Amino acid sequence: MTDLLYSEEEEALRAAVRDLLTDHCAAPDVIARGESDAPHDLALWKSLAEGMGLAGLLVPEDKGGQGASHRDVAVVLEELGRAVAPVPYLTSAVVATEALLACGDADLLAALASGRTIGALAVGLHRAPGAAFPAVRLEDGLLHGEITGVADAAAAGVLLVPADDGGLYAVEADAVTVTPQTSLDLTRPVATVRLDGARGRRLGDAEPAVRRALRAAAGLLASEQLGLADWALTETVRYLKERKQFNRPVGGFQALKHRLAQLWLEVVNLRAAARNAADALATGEDTDISVSVAQAYAAPVAVHAAEEALQLHGGIGMTWEHPLHLYLKRAKADSIAYGTAGAHREALAARVDLQAP
Amino acid sequence: MTDAEELRRRTREFLAAHPPATTDRLDFLRARFDAGLAWVHYPQGLGGLGAPRSLQGVVDAELAAAQAPDNDPRRNGIGLGMAAPTILAYGTEEQKRRFLKPLWTGEEVWCQLFSEPGAGSDLAALGTRAVREGDQWVVNGQKVWTSGAHNARWAILIARTDPAVPKHAGITYFACDMTDPGVDVRPLRQITGEAEFNEVFLTDVRIPDTDRLGEVGDGWRVAQTTLNNERVAIGGMALPREGGMIGKVAQTWRERPELRTHDLHQRLLKLWVEAEVSRLTAERLRQQLVAGQPGPEGAGMKLAFARLNQEISGLEVELRGEEGLLYDDWTLRRPELVDFTGRDAGYRYLRAKGNSIEGGTSEVLLNIVAERVLGLPAEPRTDKDVAWKDLAR
Repeated sequence: MTDLLYSEEEEALRAAVRDLLTDHCAAPDVIARGESDAPHDLALWKSLAEGMGLAGLLVPEDKGGQGASHRDVAVVLEELGRAVAPVPYLTSAVVATEALLACGDADLLAALASGRTIGALAVGLHRAPGAAFPAVRLEDGLLHGEITGVADAAAAGVLLVPADDGGLYAVEADAVTVTPQTSLDLTRPVATVRLDGARGRRLGDAEPAVRRALRAAAGLLASEQLGLADWALTETVRYLKERKQFNRPVGGFQALKHRLAQLWLEVVNLRAAARNAADALATGEDTDISVSVAQAYAAPVAVHAAEEALQLHGGIGMTWEHPLHLYLKRAKADSIAYGTAGAHREALAARVDLQAP
Repeated sequence: MTDAEELRRRTREFLAAHPPATTDRLDFLRARFDAGLAWVHYPQGLGGLGAPRSLQGVVDAELAAAQAPDNDPRRNGIGLGMAAPTILAYGTEEQKRRFLKPLWTGEEVWCQLFSEPGAGSDLAALGTRAVREGDQWVVNGQKVWTSGAHNARWAILIARTDPAVPKHAGITYFACDMTDPGVDVRPLRQITGEAEFNEVFLTDVRIPDTDRLGEVGDGWRVAQTTLNNERVAIGGMALPREGGMIGKVAQTWRERPELRTHDLHQRLLKLWVEAEVSRLTAERLRQQLVAGQPGPEGAGMKLAFARLNQEISGLEVELRGEEGLLYDDWTLRRPELVDFTGRDAGYRYLRAKGNSIEGGTSEVLLNIVAERVLGLPAEPRTDKDVAWKDLAR
């Protein structure tokens, strides 16, 4: 049976990441950065990736990585979600890295694993694993076309671009035009990638690489959503113990207590689903179902947690100054990322033999 | 002292000495208890070996492979799940020796005399009186929602022994002999048509003081052990995928394509995911217990279990369309077992309504989660420092 707990090593990893984020990812800075020209915190990325070696967790040691597993990555993502950290971890250390692992490109893989190069898969953030994705035109060995909604493209040094010959191509960022789009999620912004006769290097077949990358992303995103939901619950409980109206802490009113208890239950469930998906990705057993179950459950819970947090904070929750909006925006964007809950339920219908009429 | 290998060896030796094929069922069960293989985490001499609870599976697997008879635990759920851990925690040595063995073998079935017409969610307000007369207690009152009282030999009973102190402080916990002439068990018919529950009227029932569990006035604390075990028992069963009520509706969905609609499909998939996640949560809780890191997650399991059972069975009735208009049988029965997934969809739908009421209503459980897990303040209370006899009722 799947191991749904956290090992001591995983807890130690969590503590180390949380320490770093506590010191270097303060909410007011994240809010300010969101509207700046540099929405990604590259100094924080450097500490995580190069300092702690976390960009290479999924990469085997003989290929320049740490040879860890999806279970460890999941723990890192829980903490990044808890801090809504504006770093391209999921997009580079999971999605681009998984695509490269499928293609077996050693040099680029080692560069991403070291954290010195940031990679982005040039597929819209909303694409579900297994769904069709657009490809750019390959003409006389050069790539032409435009892809929209590419997460963290603005921070990437290399883009992995599917082309209409069925290949996945590595394209240097300075060979393309990346235009940031005004994004709902300020901490994981999307951008348009335009290729006007860009030169690329064929890495391998796009379809299996993209499918593998998006499946890992959907499964591990559940852990980010868990961290986010856990923050929303914890912070709201803390606030409601302090906040007084009618001469008593508002957290003592049964109508609010029941909502928080209900949310707690959802977070507890999400933890089991997210651990199960991470473990299934690590072992390769029952992976498709575990990933879709986790993502079908996680997205609504994370959104619900952020929405409840906002409502229960009252007016302060509506302010730009309070970090809550970062979590709401991330949660809502996450509910579209790598397939909506509905898309994952539909995938499950076929996999568990509950066919549509 | 006992590891898996040692337990396997002991179980095999036991099976060799008591071949299931040629040993009387009850003799086999009694001998299994005496060998410490009944519940290995119980102490030696009381059916166990003081081994980790997680090793019970080793014994059970060996016994199942040898087609040994079991103690039919579903017939004595209250005894095994609630009375036994309470007796173990609070009973005297004499009480443990007297009660645990016939309880475990199923020779003595137990029921629970807790709820009263005027004390439901506010259980501590109970009014059944126990008055001391020499070395006996004389009990008068009425209990309700008593599952299986008609089959029970013993009951765990809480009664008021001191009305002059605040309600939580004046309660004492007893083992009550259901064969006492003052015990009158009457069937209480439910919305399913069955009478799985009873009303129990207690009139001058005499309980020897030696059947008291815990100190006089400490009954509320003793009852917490019982109630915590009840909630784990109701919500915390480990199941395979589609092992609970969702399996029934999934099967109907697969076998009856003519019943499918798009709306039902969306709702079914959503519930399937929730049931699967709930199963994973129960499994995670089990792993935490095995690893010796019990978390507060158990408090929520029954909440999820109740809501899912209700929604899934409700969907199933609707899915059946015209057949959903029918019911299998309204005859008043007195079932020996409570089977939430038994019978037809209509029965399951109606029976599941009880899941959010029995063993603590969902509303009370949400309060427990909010206060004990999340640490939120309790509602202001007017009953805490008032003598029970002075409470408004």
